[in-house]
Amino acid sequence: MSQLAIWRSGSARVLPGFGLSMGISVLFISLVLLLPITGLFGQLAGLSFAEYWAIITEGRVVASYMVTIGAAAVAALVNAVFGLLLAWVLVRYEFPGKRLLDALMDLPFALPTAVAGITLATLYAGSGWMGSLLEPLGFQVAYTWVGIALAMAFTSIPFVVRTVQPVLEDLPAEVDEAAMSLGATDGVAFRRVIMPHLWPALVTGTGLAFVRSLGEFGAIIFIAGNMPYETEITALMIFVKLQEYDYAGASAIASVVLFVSLALLLAINIWQGRFVRRLHGGKG
Amino acid sequence: MSIRLQNIAKHFAKTQALEPINLDIHEGELVGLLGPSGSGKTTLLRIIAGLETADRSPQPGKILFGDRDVTNVHVRDRRIGFVFQHYALFRHMSVYDNVAFGLTVMPRKRRPSSGEIRARVFRLLEMVQLQHLANRLPAQLSGGQQQRVSLARALAVEPDVLLLDEPFGALDAKVRQDLRRWLRRLHEELNFTSVFVTHDQEEALELSDRVVVMSNGRIEQIDTPETLYRSPKNRFVFEFLGDVNHLEGKVSNGILTCGDARLNVDLPDGDEELLLRPHEVRLAQQPSAESHLPVTITAISPVGAEVRVELEADWLAKPWLATVRHADFEQLEMRRGQRLFAHPRQWHRFKEEAEKPKQQARAA
Repeated sequence: MSQLAIWRSGSARVLPGFGLSMGISVLFISLVLLLPITGLFGQLAGLSFAEYWAIITEGRVVASYMVTIGAAAVAALVNAVFGLLLAWVLVRYEFPGKRLLDALMDLPFALPTAVAGITLATLYAGSGWMGSLLEPLGFQVAYTWVGIALAMAFTSIPFVVRTVQPVLEDLPAEVDEAAMSLGATDGVAFRRVIMPHLWPALVTGTGLAFVRSLGEFGAIIFIAGNMPYETEITALMIFVKLQEYDYAGASAIASVVLFVSLALLLAINIWQGRFVRRLHGGKG
Repeated sequence: MSIRLQNIAKHFAKTQALEPINLDIHEGELVGLLGPSGSGKTTLLRIIAGLETADRSPQPGKILFGDRDVTNVHVRDRRIGFVFQHYALFRHMSVYDNVAFGLTVMPRKRRPSSGEIRARVFRLLEMVQLQHLANRLPAQLSGGQQQRVSLARALAVEPDVLLLDEPFGALDAKVRQDLRRWLRRLHEELNFTSVFVTHDQEEALELSDRVVVMSNGRIEQIDTPETLYRSPKNRFVFEFLGDVNHLEGKVSNGILTCGDARLNVDLPDGDEELLLRPHEVRLAQQPSAESHLPVTITAISPVGAEVRVELEADWLAKPWLATVRHADFEQLEMRRGQRLFAHPRQWHRFKEEAEKPKQQARAA
């Protein structure tokens, strides 16, 4: 009894509404996030491990992993470079149309990915504006993995820009000025003063972009061409299985994507937490 | 290294931040740029540093360090040390690495050996009394310690001139006092030329060999603290350098009147405004033949070398401030609500058209 009283007084909160808000949050997460994932594992229960293994290591599926991971890696790296540049431009310079460019950064989030996919496909097809310019030069974008990477880059660029931007805003221009006043060249100042601040955010943003690209479907299928072993992405394999009413097979492949994504997200979080602690003096 | 500025002006878009300025700073001098915010003092400092460029038109200005024309020299090649108000330390580097930074980024042929860098960094850290914190990160230090690291970092490259932008602005009063004294000592020891920006008149007067008072992008006066305080060139300088009491009234036949207040002045007829420092106001029980300025005490602050007394009266638009010796304070048995008479020991007057300020001293 007295123990209860102590527990109560010890946990008295000044901010009201913890019980209600926490309860609703947990309910929401359960319905929206945990329930579907549980459903996925429920589907898997119908498979033996041998069957499961056979599905996820089938040649066509493995080829799709390669295509997806390869294209996502290229897209993420391209986004790391250009996302950093965009964030830099948006934070460090004043120019007309800055607000508009800033708003445009979120467009890939807002635009239905299928719309983006169709637009990219028509643009880069042999008869499209870009395609008709590039194909005579020998670059084929549509229906190759380059097209897949392009679509992935389009949908995931905001992850890099929006994670790097606040960190860069937090880094006062005085810090570069200090480095320059001490005789550092632009390159040295960037490498030794600015990058150490930015790269945790940059790695996080790039990681998020990569994970996002792994699961992207709508933007890619129109431009990918979807040739077995060549330009089929993993998300498409899931879709194909579903169309064949092979729910267990679809779930098996989906679980692979899920595990890889979760593992990556977890790794990013742990690593970032460590870095932030270091930067704040190992105390907080 | 002396600094010479010739015809330095600066516009930001259409607003003029600096009117064309000429300024000579001697070798080994410690000069304070003093002014309210928006007076252009930081802009001027950043132009000296090379962090901003002065206007090229209509007439290009010139910046000389000694005989070296640095007008078009990039900040990294100007050989300056710059100390920022908010320290601008490299947060991911240890105190040691921060101080060593300028040495480690030197081109290979000028860069000292790693042993020499180590020795020099520790000598600097010793000078700023932080050698025991060499391995800490900036976030683990107090504001005053961080600013000392930033000073050591700036001095590590042995700059020709040291420039400090509100170096103590972000620190609390006690630390600020200590650092001020410490900077003065360091300056005397190492004898570098330095320019610092401040909006704190006390800091400028205490620390500088000469003070440059600025307002609205103009230099109002350049003088030693002593001269500046004793004979300000204009009203702005006078008002900016300390507390001021105003006495406005009409003069006729050598008597200034304002409500029931009277003061004998040796001035022509017309509207006048006289200015008095708090220490130039004497308080007494009785008026005199020359002055009849009845006041009421509204607040008393007995902390410090003198008692600060706030005075109000019907004829005053803004309350006056007077500083009184503790002995006088006790003798007059001052208390709130008491009615006394103010007697100016001295007053100042700055008329727009008058070239020279007029002062009148009076036996008090």
